[in-house]
Amino acid sequence: MTTIDPDTTADDTVEAPPVDPNAVNITVNGVPHVARKGQLVIEAAADAGEYIPRFCYHERMTSVGKCRMCLVECDTGRGPAVTVSCMVPVAPDMKVDTQSETTKRMQEGVLELLLANHPLDCPVCDKGGECPLQDQTLSNGPGESRYVEEKRHYEKPIAISDIVLLDRERCILCDRCTRFADEVAGDPLIHFNGRGNNTHITTYPDEPFSSYFSGNTVQICPVGALTAKPYRFKARPWDLSQQESTCTTCAVGCRTVVQSSRDEVLRYMGVDSEPVNHGWLCDRGRFNFESVKSPDRVLQPLVRDGDQLQPSSWNAALAAAAALITEATAAGGANSIAVLGGARGSNEDAFAWARLGHEVIGTPNVYAQMGDGLPAGLLGQPRATIDQAAHAATIVLLGPDLKEELPVLYLRLREAAEKRWSRIIEFTPKRTGLSPYAWRTIGYEPGTQVAAVQQALADPAIAAQIASGDVVVVAGRANLAESSAATVAALRELLAAVPSALVLPAFRRGNVVGALQVGMRPRPGGLDTRSTLQAAADGKIECLVLVGADPLADFPDTDLARRGLAGARRIIAVDSFLTASSSLAHVVLAASAYTEKSGTTTNIEGRVSTLARQVTPAGNSRADWMIAGELALALGGDLGYDTVDDITADIATLVDGYAEVTIEALAASTDGVVAGVPSAIDPMNVVPVDLPDRNAYDFRLVVSRTMYDQATGTANSPSLAHLPRGSAVHLHPLDIERVGTTAGTEVKVIGPRATVVFAVVADESVLRGTAWVPFNNPGPNVGDLIDCFAAVNDVRIENI
Amino acid sequence: MSTYTWAAGYVDDGDRPQIVTSRFKYDDGYTLERYHATGGYDGLRAALARTPAEVHDEVKAATVLGRGGAGFPAGTKWGLMPPGKFPRFLVVNGDESEPGTYKDRLLMERDPHQLIEGCLIASYAAGLAQVFLYIRGEMPLAHERVATALNEAYAAGYIGRNILGSQFSVDIVLHWGAGAYVVGEETALIESLEGKRGEPRLKPPFFPAAIGLYGQPTIVNNVETLSNLPWLAVNGAEAYTAIGTATSPGTRMVAVSGHVKRPGVYEIINGTTTFRDLLYGDEFCQGIRDDNELKAFVPGGGSAPWFTPDQLDLPFESKLVGAAGSMLGSGAVMVMDHTTDIPKAALTLVHFYAAESCGQCTPCREGGTWLERIMQRLADGRGSHDDLDQLFEIGQAICPGVFPHAASERVGLEAKPFPFKMTTICFVGPSAYTAVHSAVTLFRDEFEAKIVERRRIPVSIEAVGAH
Amino acid sequence: MSRLNEANVILAKEIIGRYPKARSATIPLLHLSQQQNGYITSEAMVHIGELVGATSAEILGTATFYEMFKFEPVGKYLVNICGTMSCQLLGADELMHHAEARLGVKAGGTTADGLFTLEHAECQAACTEAPNMQVNYRHCHRMTTAAFDQLIDDLAAGRLDGEIPPHGTLARVRQQIPADKAAGVASLDAPAQPAWMPAPEATS
Repeated sequence: MTTIDPDTTADDTVEAPPVDPNAVNITVNGVPHVARKGQLVIEAAADAGEYIPRFCYHERMTSVGKCRMCLVECDTGRGPAVTVSCMVPVAPDMKVDTQSETTKRMQEGVLELLLANHPLDCPVCDKGGECPLQDQTLSNGPGESRYVEEKRHYEKPIAISDIVLLDRERCILCDRCTRFADEVAGDPLIHFNGRGNNTHITTYPDEPFSSYFSGNTVQICPVGALTAKPYRFKARPWDLSQQESTCTTCAVGCRTVVQSSRDEVLRYMGVDSEPVNHGWLCDRGRFNFESVKSPDRVLQPLVRDGDQLQPSSWNAALAAAAALITEATAAGGANSIAVLGGARGSNEDAFAWARLGHEVIGTPNVYAQMGDGLPAGLLGQPRATIDQAAHAATIVLLGPDLKEELPVLYLRLREAAEKRWSRIIEFTPKRTGLSPYAWRTIGYEPGTQVAAVQQALADPAIAAQIASGDVVVVAGRANLAESSAATVAALRELLAAVPSALVLPAFRRGNVVGALQVGMRPRPGGLDTRSTLQAAADGKIECLVLVGADPLADFPDTDLARRGLAGARRIIAVDSFLTASSSLAHVVLAASAYTEKSGTTTNIEGRVSTLARQVTPAGNSRADWMIAGELALALGGDLGYDTVDDITADIATLVDGYAEVTIEALAASTDGVVAGVPSAIDPMNVVPVDLPDRNAYDFRLVVSRTMYDQATGTANSPSLAHLPRGSAVHLHPLDIERVGTTAGTEVKVIGPRATVVFAVVADESVLRGTAWVPFNNPGPNVGDLIDCFAAVNDVRIENI
Repeated sequence: MSTYTWAAGYVDDGDRPQIVTSRFKYDDGYTLERYHATGGYDGLRAALARTPAEVHDEVKAATVLGRGGAGFPAGTKWGLMPPGKFPRFLVVNGDESEPGTYKDRLLMERDPHQLIEGCLIASYAAGLAQVFLYIRGEMPLAHERVATALNEAYAAGYIGRNILGSQFSVDIVLHWGAGAYVVGEETALIESLEGKRGEPRLKPPFFPAAIGLYGQPTIVNNVETLSNLPWLAVNGAEAYTAIGTATSPGTRMVAVSGHVKRPGVYEIINGTTTFRDLLYGDEFCQGIRDDNELKAFVPGGGSAPWFTPDQLDLPFESKLVGAAGSMLGSGAVMVMDHTTDIPKAALTLVHFYAAESCGQCTPCREGGTWLERIMQRLADGRGSHDDLDQLFEIGQAICPGVFPHAASERVGLEAKPFPFKMTTICFVGPSAYTAVHSAVTLFRDEFEAKIVERRRIPVSIEAVGAH
Repeated sequence: MSRLNEANVILAKEIIGRYPKARSATIPLLHLSQQQNGYITSEAMVHIGELVGATSAEILGTATFYEMFKFEPVGKYLVNICGTMSCQLLGADELMHHAEARLGVKAGGTTADGLFTLEHAECQAACTEAPNMQVNYRHCHRMTTAAFDQLIDDLAAGRLDGEIPPHGTLARVRQQIPADKAAGVASLDAPAQPAWMPAPEATS
């Protein structure tokens, strides 16, 4: 029986506001505030405009409540209670008091105690001026120290890795670096030692903190305890100017701040971009800015005079380059000209070069990949964002070792697995950095991907997992010593079985996705890189234009690259360094580098974000897009660009999928704008894989990249240059026995084309019957063993 | 040669009920044979004859207070585990190391089967999948006795699969500590048992009953607490609550040490026995040594604020002791007679807590050491009046606001009741301050007597021979 | 050979097998290695890390938290004199002074013959028997200076070899869990309602 209460129905024009089940009403210093359910007091207070001081709390890591700086008083009905605001979530009707007498006393007390053993060497400390301890002492500190005892003493600083130094006297034991190492990076190589007043951070003796992500600990250290070599004693924070930018070291597209002083880049800091990097950077991306100021930069155009490349003026060099192109066209037609590269630059650089190639020169032979990825058609698949991948019920990995090639994507996916948001099913020819976190790791011998995928899909447990929710496939090239055909076929199998799956392309090189999408790909009848090099080797390429491309270092099949470069009649290189390939050019056009030019870049998920020009280009170097524009003029064409913004606007108008990527949209979003999937891109054809007979004595070759290799950015950064592990053949320990050799010994690795001598490394991550060699590492060149036309490459290993 | 003086510590005089120490009178109380001969494992059989819920209810009805220090009722603690979440663990806290405390070691060395039986009853009642018996590292005899008892009990079918032919199966794993006082804190104990540094976790938000060992529901119970269960299972809650008072039923073991005529461990009746009974009673300590004056005593282990003769008539009842400005803690009374050098005695405690700080939170790590250094200076006669004030200032950074202390007629103080606010994760930091605060509050005159004000010595130019 | 020897690796694996997570065996394994070598060697920590699945830095971090673990050789007998309140009230300072004079080393030192290491210790849970001390963690109650001298003489002459094993050996009895009797390690992956609990459990 329902009764109608006239009082409540009388005013039926006023509806009760919908109750948000996630809203929690609290007061912060007496002011009502609506917090979110489960939100920590420290965050809710920040939303309400009250910053609670903290040292150990970090929003991207588990709260530990160790420093005690964030203590406030909260009243949940039982009187004000001392509350650790970084650990305790809000409760209904909680009264948070960040200014009470007790709160103030606690903050002063904690600061005085933190400073008791702190050396107060601020005048010589790199952190001075940007130090949370300094800042909070100023705003919340007691003003004087009554500590007259002797302070703790430690040897200082100690190198905990090649890059990072630790001053244990400055350390306030906040557990940020150690938590990062354990929880975020998965490299718990630094740890608390000792107890009580003797607690300090160290590595294990002779086991350095050799994490790919060590630089982050320096950034999150709330005092000057951790410093990184490249920045030590270089500048004061108030001398720095800075702009937000995007890292283009790999294709993850981490947001960074580029900091410089006196027109010199001094430091990168990670910016917390929610969809991308969460504030983290890999060490390669963080420290390879050193290469920008390398003395070996190409500072002005060079023109070949006999055996020598001679410095030249821009006018003369552009005229020379134009003449080479004109001659080539005359000799073999536009189709005898090929443009390789563009992945190193901005979207604008690539777009200008694509137009120059396709429209002004008129060749279909334009390509941004170096034969080490998958067909560009992969970009036509329904694309996942990084966030979607990191929250998918199932992440299928069919590609390279992400820890080595796309390091911050590794962090994101590792977190997804560790926090049980996702299960990872990994198909790989070698155990990877993610294998320890994968739900299933399915090892396959190169060439047998399809069978591995079919077999896995037939496993009821795996099928059930895949059916349990959304699926993202991270697809890329796991092995440079096999053609991409088997991987493409395996991907097709997966997508046929899971039609709703999204794909995150694991393309590696800086802006390769942007370059391909804005047009650095062959037009109908055009050649890809492999075909270009083959055509050149066959004497069919009159002019080869290398736009930041170095086939001799990056193309897996070194022999073909060598023959191609030798066979190309004319070579024009646009480069910042004289690489193995660009030093063969007839004309070298000096290109400015990252941080020297503005524009936009596109990451693997299609996110377009801005690049900042923070310093003046080195010497007379110019941005690639300018060079393209001027070369067009020299060839009698006109791209019509005066500023980089002109090109950004043109891309939005003209490029498939980039309609939303306007200058205004980019300016309005700190996280960039995700471009749409191109509607028309070359289909990803499945080519039948013709596997050779497997000789049981042979080893199937697996070649892949390592984070540190001989890339120009790494090799020209003194802090990183010595970090590549070096070329060697890695074998499973049982296979080492089978070969009858021992780790450390040199062996002959014999392929159909060449024999290369490598030292043997015992490596349990290598599958039995396969041999793994890191690509482009110092030492013997594994590229000599790779035939890029073969489905797979098998080698014999013999003792010397 | 006085190693291994077995019977040491325990004094079995008087006609008092014995719930946990009944076998201490036997030299072979630790053997299965003696245990069988004295009703051993009857409690387990009695428990298995009932449903787990019935046994749990019995423990709840008996209000078996935790004997580790906090005094939380065991039955209630078990009930805090989220229903339906498995596996659940029992961690036995045998890491006894609170200054003054000496009872769990005796229970493990002299009656290990009683503890094992207690673990089994708890596991049955609360649905626990595995028991980890964490024994302090510096107690090898306890290890040997408990290991032997476990081996005997496995062989006899009391532990393991299908215990006594029932559906009940549980393993008890003996685990070794390695020397760290703070591991006695239940969350630190869990960290240590996970193979990590014994650093306490913050409570709230994580209480072991909900998120404990390996993130699973976990009961952490003290050795003495569990040792009560076999008697309870045989005799029932009614018999248990007939001893002691309604809020403090049963008995408890108390170690009385320091300047008394007959120091020892006594099983006393909870709630009614007074400190005067204990220190002066014939069946207990029989008075202060050499009939000296009593100056002060620590009523509940090194972490407890001190009492003076003014509090002698308080009974062992936690609410009354709390209102009087201290706590009963772990059943340890340390007695100081009138000859005691108070600054030095307090120094031993602040040194203890400073040395045993885990080091993870700032106030304890930095504050404890700072307190110790100032106390050392004061005890050595190198301190100043400013140092005395500074001690309280540091104390405010550890325990902001009013700190509890006892009333004192001698210095004209009213009691400030327990507990206190604290800025630290666990009680180690406040404990470092407790002895300092008690000693300086109740005996400031003794500290002042040691202070020799440093005076600036006037230097005359002629005296140093300058021209 | 300062990694765990073969017999101890077998024992280590047995101990690891008692826990739902291998890392829990860290402290027992550190004791095992201290029993083998008298102290914790660098190689042993690396080895234990391999066995329990932790980095060496994590093992070191755990090991250095606990004062029983020694990272350099100590005497055959570790003499720990308690100095906490009850012992201090009844003469711990005098006992320590006497011990330092008798052994000719300061607290923290080891005698030249490598027999004795003297340490100041915190509360040993024998407060009613003050002053108290331990030799390799075996309690010695109500010590006097005369008893101390006698004890040192007996130890030096080997008269207590049967009672007090050399430093590193704690308990001489180990727990054995017979495979045919074991209930088994609790599974964290496949949680199950205990067989003896009525299912489903009352949620009141």
